[in-house]
Amino acid sequence: MRNLFNRQNIVALLGIVLLYAVVQGLIVSDIMPPFYKLTLIQICIYIILATSLNLINGITGQFSIGHAGFMAIGAYISAIITTILNGPLVLGLLAGAIVAALAGILVGLPTLRLKGDYLAIATLGFGEIVRIIFLNTEYVGGAAGFTLPSKITWTWAFGLMALSVVLMKNFVNSTHGRACISIRENEIAAESMGVNTTKYKVMAFTMGAFFAGLAGGIYANYFYIIQPMTFNFLLSFNILVMIVLGGLGSMTGGIVGAIVMTLASALLAGVPEWRNVITAVLLVIMMIFRPTGIMGTKEFSLNFLGKKSEKNAASKN
Amino acid sequence: MGSTVTQQIFQQIVNGLSLGSIYALIALGYTMVYGIVKLINFAHGDVMMVGAYSGWFAITALHMPFLPALIFSMLSCALLGVLIERIAYKPLRNATRIAALITAIGVSLFLEYGGMLLVTAQVRTYPPVFPETRYEIYGVIFKYGDIVMLVTSVVLMVLLHITVQYTKMGKAMRAVSFDKDAALLMGINTNNIISFTFAIGSALAAAAGVLMGVYFNTIDPLMGIIPGLKAFVAAVLGGIGIIPGAMVGGLALGLVESIVSGLGASTWRDAVSFLILILVLIIKPSGLFGKNVREKV
Repeated sequence: MRNLFNRQNIVALLGIVLLYAVVQGLIVSDIMPPFYKLTLIQICIYIILATSLNLINGITGQFSIGHAGFMAIGAYISAIITTILNGPLVLGLLAGAIVAALAGILVGLPTLRLKGDYLAIATLGFGEIVRIIFLNTEYVGGAAGFTLPSKITWTWAFGLMALSVVLMKNFVNSTHGRACISIRENEIAAESMGVNTTKYKVMAFTMGAFFAGLAGGIYANYFYIIQPMTFNFLLSFNILVMIVLGGLGSMTGGIVGAIVMTLASALLAGVPEWRNVITAVLLVIMMIFRPTGIMGTKEFSLNFLGKKSEKNAASKN
Repeated sequence: MGSTVTQQIFQQIVNGLSLGSIYALIALGYTMVYGIVKLINFAHGDVMMVGAYSGWFAITALHMPFLPALIFSMLSCALLGVLIERIAYKPLRNATRIAALITAIGVSLFLEYGGMLLVTAQVRTYPPVFPETRYEIYGVIFKYGDIVMLVTSVVLMVLLHITVQYTKMGKAMRAVSFDKDAALLMGINTNNIISFTFAIGSALAAAAGVLMGVYFNTIDPLMGIIPGLKAFVAAVLGGIGIIPGAMVGGLALGLVESIVSGLGASTWRDAVSFLILILVLIIKPSGLFGKNVREKV
């Protein structure tokens, strides 16, 4: 039996708690300027988005560029529940994520028959349709947007981010995750080895949509206002750029990409007109010279910490 | 009452055909590039935007009349298309499809926001190049611009058809799109043919851009995004990689859009186009004119 409390997990947990505590301390003691706090929470949101898109694009190899659509669903549903129906925040976030996941199944079942470019375009179309539906729904404010109180704190954002990443990482390392990777590597071979490709594709799609919805809920409940324009396909492209930059198929790569891109955009906030040009040029150069991204498909892990204990266990046997 | 309804319908058909001919011109470029290098050139809509700006520049700064301005804009965009292909897409010809698609997105963002730096985000007004003459036939209004647009697009499409079907270059293009390696072995310079395809596609997009500027009167650096996506829908609708398919797809999409607008649901127009796209992809991914290709293992 695997020991849950091995050295790696304890170090990882300590690292997460330490990171949380340091930032929380800085926020509580008012040392951290609000702009930094905003950027940190944005990083949390983008990490969830990037890892969840990585699950679909990088791990399962299904090229989806409609992630903003799922995020919009999560954002609007959670906003309706927390603001119009006065429900608790947890319920709002959860409901948003679940509805987004349902939308994922609904879109996934028919469109996952498509491959490559065609799937990309179909998901792009889906994302735009979702945006136009919210744009035309007066109940949620139409084009003007929907205002709601900001309830998300650093604790919420960081906690949910850590939870999502751990859940997704465990999914990737499970039997199901390996089935998804086999689909990415060679769909026909995977199918002939008995992997139910449709089932795993829809599973990855649904999970990705669930976490995108969660990120949307966090976004809505932090930023005071949500507008349909926010969730256009540029946002989907942005998330895609993050995972490609970090390395398609690497969970830690997606995290690195999300952090780098959010920090870069925060640093370039003073020159907004240059921001997108620089992003675009970097993207093209990156694709030409290092199409695998920063991490490739490698993962950053704490495995080196575990070697000693494994050896001990082996010698005991 | 009956006659006004028919008039309304015909009016929407006229509007739809004008709009559709713009979509068809852009869709042609998408389809040709996809047919030859299997790449969704996301930057195509932005090439159209550059075309609209160079046409605007030619008319306002160089004081050219419509036709020379159109040709000026087509030539400059043909050059731009070749540059984009040589700099951004050629190094990636053997890379994964995803890498190529992301590069195309990068080029698209570069043109949009680079354009914004160059000409500012401010909306520019296209000078009126056509007289405001209106012709009325049985209550259906034809604007002078509508007619010029339709004629220009039809002439360009006929020229394209002749080029692709009856010239040596066109024959080489068809050969490359059929089998690139075999074409290379037959002594066709595939690199030149691919550049030529980008040049033609971009020139057609530029023509669409100028027509669009004339039709809607305003241009801005982000104007290419939505028509670009729509034209892609049109290309998929007709069967991507098939030239007549792109023409029919573009006109059909234009008609659908103006009918939806005519029914008073213009805010849902874009959603309807994308819905058509998804339905076509699910029901007949090869498009209206496409042949089914069996998957090889």
